[in-house]
Amino acid sequence: MLKYLLKRFFWMIPLLVGISLISFMIMHLAPGDITSSEASFNPKASEESRQKLRELYSLDKPVIVQYSLWMKRMATLNFGTSFASHQRPVFWQTKDKDGNVTLGMIQEALPITLLINVLSLILIIAIALPLGVISALKQNQLADRVITLFVFIGFAIPGFWLALMLMYWTGVQHNWLPISGLQSLGHEHLHWLGKTLDTLKHLALPVFISAITGLAGIALFVRNGMLEVLHQDYITTARSKGLNEHRVIYGHALRNALLPLITIFGLSIPGLIGGSVIAESIFAIPGMGKLFYDAVLMRDFPVIMGILTIGALLTLIGNLVADVAYAWADPRVRRGVMQ
Amino acid sequence: MTWVLLTALMVSCGDSSSNKSIHTIDYSKDYPANSGGTLIDAMTGEPSGLIAMIAGESAASAIAGNIFNSLLKYDKNLELTGELAKSWEISADQRTITFHLKPDLKWADNTALTSDDVLFTWQKVTDEKTRTPYGSDFKLVTVAETPDANTFRVTYKAPYAPALDTWAGLHILPKHLLKDQDINTTAFARNPVGSHYYKLEQWKNGQYLKLTRNVNATQGQAKIDHLLSRIIPDKAAQFLELSADNIDSMGLNPIQYARIFPARPELNKNIALYKELGNSYTYLGFNLKRKPFDDIRVRQAINYAINKQEIIDGVLLGLGEPVASPYKPGTRWSNPVLKPYPYDPAKAKALLKAAGYEDHDGDGIIDKDGKPFSFEILTNQNKEREMTGVLIQRRLKEVGIDANIRVLEWASFLGRFIKPKEFDVVVLGWSLSLDPDQYSIWHSSQQAPGQFNFISYSNPRVDKLLEAGRLELNPDKRMKIYHEFSAILLEDSPIVYLSAGYGLSAIHKRVRGISNPAPPAGIGHNTYEWNIPQAYARSEMSEH
Repeated sequence: MLKYLLKRFFWMIPLLVGISLISFMIMHLAPGDITSSEASFNPKASEESRQKLRELYSLDKPVIVQYSLWMKRMATLNFGTSFASHQRPVFWQTKDKDGNVTLGMIQEALPITLLINVLSLILIIAIALPLGVISALKQNQLADRVITLFVFIGFAIPGFWLALMLMYWTGVQHNWLPISGLQSLGHEHLHWLGKTLDTLKHLALPVFISAITGLAGIALFVRNGMLEVLHQDYITTARSKGLNEHRVIYGHALRNALLPLITIFGLSIPGLIGGSVIAESIFAIPGMGKLFYDAVLMRDFPVIMGILTIGALLTLIGNLVADVAYAWADPRVRRGVMQ
Repeated sequence: MTWVLLTALMVSCGDSSSNKSIHTIDYSKDYPANSGGTLIDAMTGEPSGLIAMIAGESAASAIAGNIFNSLLKYDKNLELTGELAKSWEISADQRTITFHLKPDLKWADNTALTSDDVLFTWQKVTDEKTRTPYGSDFKLVTVAETPDANTFRVTYKAPYAPALDTWAGLHILPKHLLKDQDINTTAFARNPVGSHYYKLEQWKNGQYLKLTRNVNATQGQAKIDHLLSRIIPDKAAQFLELSADNIDSMGLNPIQYARIFPARPELNKNIALYKELGNSYTYLGFNLKRKPFDDIRVRQAINYAINKQEIIDGVLLGLGEPVASPYKPGTRWSNPVLKPYPYDPAKAKALLKAAGYEDHDGDGIIDKDGKPFSFEILTNQNKEREMTGVLIQRRLKEVGIDANIRVLEWASFLGRFIKPKEFDVVVLGWSLSLDPDQYSIWHSSQQAPGQFNFISYSNPRVDKLLEAGRLELNPDKRMKIYHEFSAILLEDSPIVYLSAGYGLSAIHKRVRGISNPAPPAGIGHNTYEWNIPQAYARSEMSEH
C-alpha cells in the first residue's frame, strides 16, 4: 500500500508541471495583458508608460521565458505578487521591513469559499441522502415523483434569480436576514456568540442557494445506487434470512449504495475551493470565484496561475484520496490495488 | 428540512433587528446643518491601493479623492482653482509656473505639509521605477524647485497648457512617510496619511472601507463624521440594500432611475434622485484608412442618417443629451454655436449619391462599381453600446447601407482589431475631458499601434490648432483655439457623436446639503457641506 501511495505521489509532480505548462500557454493565448484593460484605455496613460509596465512585469519576453521565470519562483513555493498595481502577494502574507503585514489574496478568499462550500456540502448530504433513499424505496410512487420533481426544480432554477428573490423577501420585506456581505457593520463590537450568529445569518442564503442547486445530483445518485443494490442477490438473501426490512435497507443496501459516492466526494474536493462568480457577486462575498474572475478579466497572470495550480494540486489529491478511501471501504478494490 | 433550518434561523434573528421603523420617519422636515453621522455608499469594485498614481482604478480614485489633496482643483463650474495652492503665477514666457501653498498646511498625522512634499511627489511620479502610467505629462518638467517651504516652481521646456490640469490630478504624498519606501509595494497604500477631509480608519478586505473626519484637514471641516464605502459588486444587490435602508447612496442605471423608482412610491418617500452631466460620450468612429470612409461625403451621410435623439430615448431612456464637441456642454471649452447633425435621411441619400453610391441592382442596398455598401460595426461587451449599434443598423438600412454588428470582449477587441486597425467602424466612448487638450486623440502624429488616434484622423489645420492649444496658457485665447478645433472636427465628421449619458444617483433623504439641480461639476462638488441631521442618523451606528 505504501509503495502504491509513493508511486502515486511521485507521478503527481510531472502531472502538475504539465498542467501548469498547458494552463500558462492557454492563458497567454488570450489576447491582451494587464496593461490593456478597459480602464487603462485612457489618453492620459501613454503607450510608452504601458510599454514600461510590460517590461517591469517581463510581459515583453517570450512566453516560454516567462514560464521558466514563473517555474523558478514556484520551485521555492513563491506564488509571486499580483500584477494589479499594488502587488499584493498572491498566496500567503508577507512582511515588509517595518513589520507591516500584507495578507495574501488566496489566503483571504480561500477560507470564506471553503466555509460556504463545506456547509453547503453538509446540507446537501443531510438532505439528499434521506431523499434518495425514500425515492428508491417508493420507486414510481407519489413520494418518489414529488421528490424527483423537487430536486429537479432546484437544479433547473436559475441561482441568481432565486438569490435575488430570497434577498428581497428575507432582507427587504421582512428584515429577517442581511441582504449581502459577510459581516454586519459593527461586527467587531459583538460578543463571540453574536459574531458567530452574525456570520451564520450572512451565510444562510449563499449556503442555501448553493445547496439547492447541488441537491439533484447527489439525491438521484443515491436513488439510482439504491435501486441497483436493492435488486442484487444478496439483498434477496438477506430478506430470505428473515432480517427485518430496516436492517436490510440500512445495514446492507445503503452501505453498498454509498460506495460510488466516495468517488464523487473525492472529485468534489477541488470544487470546494472554487466559488461561484455569480453567487459571490450577488451576495458581495469576497471569495475565490470572484477573485479568479476578476483576475482573468484583468489578465492578472500570477493570480490566475496561483489559483489554477492550487486547483490542479487539489484535484490530484482528491483523486488519490478517493482511490484510497475506495480501497479502504471496498475489499474488492483493495485486492486489486495490492496486486 | 432546509426550509425548517432556514426558517428557524430567520425567526431566531428576526426579533433583534425588525424594530427598525424606517418607513415611519418623515424626511421632509428642516433641520439646521449639524456635524456627525455616517454616510454609507456602495461601490462595485475594491481599490487595489490608495495611491492613485499607482492604482489607477476608479474605485481607488473615488476613495483616495477624499483622503489626498492636489495643488489645484476644479470648482463647481469646472474652472481651475487652488486646493493646496493659494495662488499660482505663470511667467511671461509661459514656461514657468509658480505655486504658492496656503499657510500652515498639515498632514493628518500633524506633520507640516510643505513644498518639499510636492517636490517629492513630482520626483516619484517621474521616477523610472515607479509603476505608473501617468508619468509622461510630468516628465515635460525640466526643473522643479522649492524656493521656500511654501513655494513650488516648475519650468517646462516649452509652454505646456495642460500642465495646470495635470497638477489638479496629482495627489500630493507625504515625503516623511514615503521617502524610504518602495512606492510600488509600500504598506502606505493600504494605510495612507493624507491631508483632505477624511482619513482611512479601517479597511476590511472585500467588505468595506471606513473613513473618518481628519481634524487637520487643509480645506476646513466636513460635516459628516464617517464615510463608509461597502463593496457590493452587483448593482441589483446594491439596489436591494438601498431599498432596505442599509446604504444611503448608489449610482443608478437608466432603468432603475426612469422605470423602477417612479413605479415604487414607497422608495421615493425616503430616497431622492439626482442627475448630473456625465463624464463621457459615446461615438461611432470610422477607420479613415479604409474606403469609403476616407470620403467626407460618406461620413457626413452616415452622420445625417443616424437619429441621435432616438438613441438617447431608446438606450438611455431619455437620460442623456446630444453633444457636438468632445467637451462638457455648458462649460467654457464647449462651443455653444455648434449643433449636432440633424436626422435627415434625404440629405444622407443625396450625399451618398454624390459619392457614387446608388442602388443600381435593385436589391435595396446601395452600391458603387458593383460592390454593395456593407460594413461591420464593432463594439465591446457593453449593453448600451450594443443597443446603440442595433438602432444605428436600422437607420442605416433605411438609406441602403448594410451594417452588421460584432460584439467582442475588451482585450481581444483592443488587441486584434483596434491596435492593428482591422475594423470598419467602431462604437466606443471617450471622456468629456476637463482640460481641452486632446492632442493624443486627434493629432496626426498619434497613429502608431497602441496610440489613441486609431481612427487615423489627419487634418493639418487641426494639427496646428492642437499644437497651438498646448502652447497657450491664457484661458480666453485657449478657448478660441478649441472652439475652432471643435467646429472643424464636427464638419469633418471623423466620428459621429451619439450621446452623452447623465450620471444618475440615488441618495437617502437623510442626507442634506446636496445641490439640486447639479452644477456642471456634479453633485459631488460640495460633499463637505453634506450633512445628516441628528434626528435622521442611523440608530445602529451609535456604537461606533
